[in-house]
Amino acid sequence: MPMFAETELNVRNKKFQALFRLLFMLMTGLLILPVLIILTTLIYKGGSVISMDFLFTAPTDGMTAGGIFPALIGTVWLVAVALLVSVPVGIAAAIYLNEYAGENWFTRLINLAIINLAGVPSIVHALFGVGAFVSSVGFGFGFGTSILAASLTLAIMTLPVVIVATRESLRAVPMAFREACWNMGATRWQTIRRVVLPNAVSGILTGVILEVSRTSGETAPVMFTGAVFFTPFLPQGIFDQTMALSLHLFVVSTQVPGVPEDLPYGVALVLIAMVLIMNSVSIAFRMYLRGRKKW
Amino acid sequence: MVADPAPTAAAADTPHNTLEVRNLSISYGGEVALGGVSLDVRQHEIFGVIGPANAGKTSFLKALNRMDVFNSGMHVEGDIHFNGHDIRRLKNIYALRSRIGVVFPLPVGLPMTVYENVALAPRLRGVRDKTELDIIVERCLQRAALWDEVKDRLNSLGSLLSGGQQQRLTIARALSQEPELLMLDEFSIAVDPVTTMRIEDVLKELRQEMTIVLVTNLVQQARRLADRTAFFLEGSCVEVGETEDLFSGDVKDQRTRDYIEGKFG
Amino acid sequence: MNPKATSDFDRRNLDWYLDKLVQVLVFIGGISAIVFIIFIFLFITKEGIGFILHTMDVKEFFLSPYWEPSDEDAPEYGILALVAGTASVTGLALLVAIPFSLGAAIYVGEFATGKTREFMKVLVELLAAIPSVVWGFIGLTIMNPLIIEVFDVPVGLTVLNAGLILGLMTAPIMTSIAEDALKAVPDRYREAAEAMGATRWQVIFKVVLPAAKNGLLGAVLLGVGRGFGETMAVLMATGHAVNIPTSIFDSVRALTATIAAELGETAVGSDHYQALFTIGIFLFIITFIINLTADLVVRGVRRG
Repeated sequence: MPMFAETELNVRNKKFQALFRLLFMLMTGLLILPVLIILTTLIYKGGSVISMDFLFTAPTDGMTAGGIFPALIGTVWLVAVALLVSVPVGIAAAIYLNEYAGENWFTRLINLAIINLAGVPSIVHALFGVGAFVSSVGFGFGFGTSILAASLTLAIMTLPVVIVATRESLRAVPMAFREACWNMGATRWQTIRRVVLPNAVSGILTGVILEVSRTSGETAPVMFTGAVFFTPFLPQGIFDQTMALSLHLFVVSTQVPGVPEDLPYGVALVLIAMVLIMNSVSIAFRMYLRGRKKW
Repeated sequence: MVADPAPTAAAADTPHNTLEVRNLSISYGGEVALGGVSLDVRQHEIFGVIGPANAGKTSFLKALNRMDVFNSGMHVEGDIHFNGHDIRRLKNIYALRSRIGVVFPLPVGLPMTVYENVALAPRLRGVRDKTELDIIVERCLQRAALWDEVKDRLNSLGSLLSGGQQQRLTIARALSQEPELLMLDEFSIAVDPVTTMRIEDVLKELRQEMTIVLVTNLVQQARRLADRTAFFLEGSCVEVGETEDLFSGDVKDQRTRDYIEGKFG
Repeated sequence: MNPKATSDFDRRNLDWYLDKLVQVLVFIGGISAIVFIIFIFLFITKEGIGFILHTMDVKEFFLSPYWEPSDEDAPEYGILALVAGTASVTGLALLVAIPFSLGAAIYVGEFATGKTREFMKVLVELLAAIPSVVWGFIGLTIMNPLIIEVFDVPVGLTVLNAGLILGLMTAPIMTSIAEDALKAVPDRYREAAEAMGATRWQVIFKVVLPAAKNGLLGAVLLGVGRGFGETMAVLMATGHAVNIPTSIFDSVRALTATIAAELGETAVGSDHYQALFTIGIFLFIITFIINLTADLVVRGVRRG
């Protein structure tokens, strides 16, 4: 008897179907609901702390009062330097993978390395950063705890994000365009420069925004490599130490005694707002692009 | 043949072969697509290539502009000489390709303005002067029978034109290379009959400036345009002869006559 | 006619050399990932090798539940309790995340349409973007009192806390991957089953899920990897008790959290410092294996 021929149970099956649909919908809801509750709590408890003063002044009274400005600036520094390193390398890697590499074991190895790089625990990246950039033992670069060491650690950690986003946008450019250029005598680079890259830029941009969002939220990789609990000075150069927003949240919620209850909520709110806004921009940009077809 | 150092003026006087192909074989991962092809294409002639699908005609063209270099699955053997140069052993394949214009059946409008589509090849050659580019763009679009339709919207995207327009744009791009050899592979598939006629007239004039290889599945098109014609069948070149002769039944192989008369393919 | 003279027919020009240069540059970019992975392993090994070669007692390291590196007389370096900490939190997280992720993936992939689907996918993506330190903060300030009140226990920084948080953290990514796995099942499988008279849920359970099991397994493995490697959230949401948990209301310490909590207080090059790096090596190897397996499984190749 055929697998699904249970005609006398059809009515019951239809009820099951509606039930399951409801069940799955509930499951999805249950996943999202706690997060919404959490967000509301954050806004409720932390909203009162947010003000221009909060955003633009430094912490005072042993960090139990004041603002988060140095932490914000520090995060900007860290992310900027990390981008400077990871974006060119990431784009180059993606170009190699999509435009030059053949389908062989070597390419598979590279892809495996990318997946693993993305999967290495953040604290292990921190250890690597300490061993390679902070320390001068053995082959360590010996930069000391600095923005440079922290940013390099971040760059290596978020490299996969740029590579994957760039590769996807390169892949979206039809092969026919490249062949048309090659047939005219254009070299691979000329084709990439004049036809492929200009049409992949928007996709790359979405990837970069995503990377910025990820990088600004990371704590462990910067904790031991360049970000510090407190420094009275704003960073002047890449060899300085700095504060960072993500680390600041950790500090005010666990390391500082006597902090008023709503201060850490305020910090968390700023951090989560930053990240969500950047991601939303990236998503919105992607949707806008989908509508603006060029072929 | 050894490389001929004489300048182009002398070459225009003494007729020579644009292409000399000897024992050309093409296979894709073990499967033979074309075997033992030997033929000459004379300068300034329109050389027709007819034959049913999968006869190896397109592979033939791809070997001529060394597209096998970018296709690792494609294996080519044999001798090909282009204007006296051995193109199986080149240091710079891009230079070769810029001298050969090719139009494939599927129209491709690059995602840039119509103007830039046609200005691309000249720019790659090093032409920078705007007035010069303007002249080249207009001339090539005129010859491709596209100028009238796009002259007021040269800034529109080439990739958003209609199929027939994109095909003529492809032809304009090929012409913008100022090629010594122009190869067309079933160009009229995407183009309407009237426009096909216009392009055929252009091709007849163009032969004064370049050599043309015309692969076509429209036997009558070969009859109208080609000086000599080759008949490809199932991976080999059955025969090459004066078009007049082939179409009046003066063939060396019966299969040629059968194909021309429409008995198969 | 073409102005190029025949004498420079086959000359390598600037464009040719530029193309070759670009080829070299992008190749360097391409191998960067491999280079970095190797470097990561080399550098953490460099810092931890002293411990491995001189001080470490392998049996003690893996089997002792006593992690007391600062004991001056008889320091003990046993990670068993830490591994138990990581495993218990990860296990609970998966227990929570897997059913909900799967349910959500099925809902978004098989039932929701058009705008709802887009909206859900956006929501899941935003969820995945929340930084781990924020999750840790939530564990500390929201979950903690909640657990104390709801379950009437004295301490809220426990396996339960971190497990729930970690579950919420990994669920969005697992949902995305599960979604992809379900989407990869060809429509004709569904159509064939429907043609035989199956209802929606029969199609899903008897046809789609079995066909997607490789991708789904990959999603689970990714969740495991994520759980093992998560640092800040676990650091802030578990207590600081180094012991093997007997219930989900126990405080524990995870491997990652141990490194994060203690590295700042160790002297560079000391035994303790190197021991922490050794934990790092251990973590690297474990997550490497998990990721490798996940990749192989997702690509349909069974491991022997």
